[in-house]
Amino acid sequence: MSEIVKFSRPAGFFPKFERRPGPNKTNMHYCPGCGHGILHKLIAEAIADMGIKDRAVIVCPVGCSVFAYYYFDCHSVECAHGRAPAVATAFSRTDPENVVIGYQGDGDLASIGFNHILQAANRGENMVVFFVNNAIYGMTGGQMAPTTLVGQKTVTSPNGRTILDSGYPIKVAEMIAQFEAPVYVERCALSSVKNIMTARRAVRKAIQNTIDKKGFSFVEFLSGCPINLKMKAKEMNEFLDTKMSQYYPLGLKKDVSAEREAIVRAEPIYDADKVKELLFPVETERAVDDDFQYKSEVFDQERSVKICGFGGQGVLSLGHVIATVGKLRNFNVSWLPSYGPEMRGGTANCSIVFSRGPIGSPQADFNCSMMVCLNQPSVDKFLGQLAEGGVLIYDTSTITLPELSADKTVYGINAGEIAEQLGDLRVANSVILGLIARMMQDCFMNEDEKADVDCAMIESLKENYGKKPAVLELNIKAYNIGKTADIVCKGARVSK
Amino acid sequence: MAKRTNKILLKGNEAVVYGALLAGCEAYFGYPITPASEIAHASAKLFPALGRTFIQAECEIASINMVYGAAAAGRRCMTASSGLGISLKQEGVSYIAGAELPCVIADIMRGGPGLGNIAPEQSDYNQVVKGGGHGGYKVIVLAPGSVQEMCELTMLAFDLADEYRMPVYVLTDGMIGQMMEKLELPEPRPRRAPQSWALNRVNETKNCVSSIYMEPKDLEELNIRLNKKYAEICAKEQRAELYKMDDAEYAFVAYGISSRMARTAADILRAEGIKIGMIRPQTLFPFPVNAMKQAADNGIKQFISVEMSNGMMIDDIRLAIECKVPVTLLNRMGGNVPSVEEIVKRAKEQIGGCTNV
Repeated sequence: MSEIVKFSRPAGFFPKFERRPGPNKTNMHYCPGCGHGILHKLIAEAIADMGIKDRAVIVCPVGCSVFAYYYFDCHSVECAHGRAPAVATAFSRTDPENVVIGYQGDGDLASIGFNHILQAANRGENMVVFFVNNAIYGMTGGQMAPTTLVGQKTVTSPNGRTILDSGYPIKVAEMIAQFEAPVYVERCALSSVKNIMTARRAVRKAIQNTIDKKGFSFVEFLSGCPINLKMKAKEMNEFLDTKMSQYYPLGLKKDVSAEREAIVRAEPIYDADKVKELLFPVETERAVDDDFQYKSEVFDQERSVKICGFGGQGVLSLGHVIATVGKLRNFNVSWLPSYGPEMRGGTANCSIVFSRGPIGSPQADFNCSMMVCLNQPSVDKFLGQLAEGGVLIYDTSTITLPELSADKTVYGINAGEIAEQLGDLRVANSVILGLIARMMQDCFMNEDEKADVDCAMIESLKENYGKKPAVLELNIKAYNIGKTADIVCKGARVSK
Repeated sequence: MAKRTNKILLKGNEAVVYGALLAGCEAYFGYPITPASEIAHASAKLFPALGRTFIQAECEIASINMVYGAAAAGRRCMTASSGLGISLKQEGVSYIAGAELPCVIADIMRGGPGLGNIAPEQSDYNQVVKGGGHGGYKVIVLAPGSVQEMCELTMLAFDLADEYRMPVYVLTDGMIGQMMEKLELPEPRPRRAPQSWALNRVNETKNCVSSIYMEPKDLEELNIRLNKKYAEICAKEQRAELYKMDDAEYAFVAYGISSRMARTAADILRAEGIKIGMIRPQTLFPFPVNAMKQAADNGIKQFISVEMSNGMMIDDIRLAIECKVPVTLLNRMGGNVPSVEEIVKRAKEQIGGCTNV
């Protein structure tokens, strides 16, 4: 206690409080005897002495200190009730050089916004939070706070707070201290000169931690509210030093700041080339250019494909491979997974639409040009959606086909068994892909374009599985078997 | 270096994140919710890969308040959610509007009310387009109808947010969010210069961001200023796509996935001899009043609002055309997307023998 401090108007305050509306630009709005004025002064002094006026951000709460931004000569932001720690988090994360100072009262911090302070503390955000605990709601007119003492009378606990109705007052400093992340937690009192001097050191210690990027520091201040607690100034200090300090013991709760490393955050990257390197995919080697178009008349109109089966049969990924073929051959293409009640219960389906123009409905729910069925329920449920002249592709190992109208074309392959022989049931979908390539070549493609169908399918497999060479190899193998194995094929296009 | 292409297959939700990063978005704050979660997933992967900020917030309220903080700090920032999550964010959105901060919010709508379901609906229309929080504020609402637009309109959203210093929504449904389409990625933008009002270390002035105006006179002034801004936006920022409207006698009005269904339905109806087109609003606030009015003046006999809600947009259509022409509602609710067949069938029923529903 040898340090002599001369209190004067701190340089961390504006010379004139221009942000305050009305004629009074020199005084604070706080009531006589209120602790906020004292704490404001300690903080303002520290901000000036520590040379951080240009990078301090004061994050103001809702409560009596809602107007804290009138006074501090630094950037200030006024937050919604209880949300200051979330707002402060954003300041700390988006510019680690900011010295972020949160300021909250007991209703703001320990009631409406309690989750936010606990989560910010637990994340170890680099900030300091100064918590003013005066055991009452000041601004709204003396209601019970989460920190109101048992038996204490307020306008919403007129007979005194009871444990039965309101539980115990919350010891916030102790709660924060038990988290791993926070580096420094202390409780002080804004009462006697001695206590205020301790508070002054705590303020500086906490701010220094933030400057040093040590992480989360928290100081709770027991503070007077003589107006709402209906006490004279002297009684107020006695109340703080006896009843309040008894329930809320003063002192250091945690300090690991010496052993913590400074938090280092990455520098954000905006360089266009680096952004493109992350977002723009490496181009798959293609046999065609950007202006290539198939001349086969089958693509003169929009074409929709539905793939359906059990979940786990690779329904969605087969759809993705087919959509990729569309992309690689310069079509507009959409891929829509089954979405809604049918995705429950183990069935899966997806729709792919190819078009030269803008695509309307992405859902192949009627007028399907091609339907791929990998299980019996899909045939039973969706076959009616196959368009006149449409093509059905199916797995002969699991499906018994009903009689189809003469306009339809049917291609079937024992995909399940072939995949099983290859040792991985999941490649049944690439066997099917081989069958689709064969069907396209047989039924729809112009002579000179037949070879490119193969090319496009292999390019798509490479784009989809290229990152795992073994998986790619197996899928290409399955695809090739799908192209050559025994198949069932009949119907309109075949008989032609 | 390997050759790169700007053509990519992406989900709508992922395209939002690509658009955000290409527009120079610096921070993403969000809380998981279906069907918007892919936005958080892609952000978690891609924002840190560029050294930018990603935080999975403790709740929707925290995430919108983190957006408030980052926006006040002068950072391009965003969040995303759906339905009930948007309800929780509304207080924060009102603060952002009141403090005149720019930010982008993606709302990938799901079924409601209450917990509802995770299937696509368009029932956040009122709470987003009409300003769901307290006070007389508005937000710009962009309504992408394709994966390409999910990317491009997200980029536009950041520009509009900066230009007018207000929240801008990217509003669509779960199906546009979940579906994958080919898109062409636009070129990345340079980092935006810091604004003079922001709480940013490069600014010499000590700035204050707040939405509190204790004097009613001052708060009225803010409201007048805001409403002047909204009037300017209504005059300058209406966007709509007109599809086969030149000789149309009837018009669908639809946005999001229902506009895709209605587009195909219009083609089918035209093949059957019914001259129908579509007005697809790309902005819901400002509502494309001019396009609607012009269509009404050009002799459209009837508008059909194709919606996945209990008819939230239909009121805006009626107001736009001053009820001069009948407007009927062709809707589904509860997470059902009207199929093309259903739209065709019900449109035929509604055309002609209809009454103004």
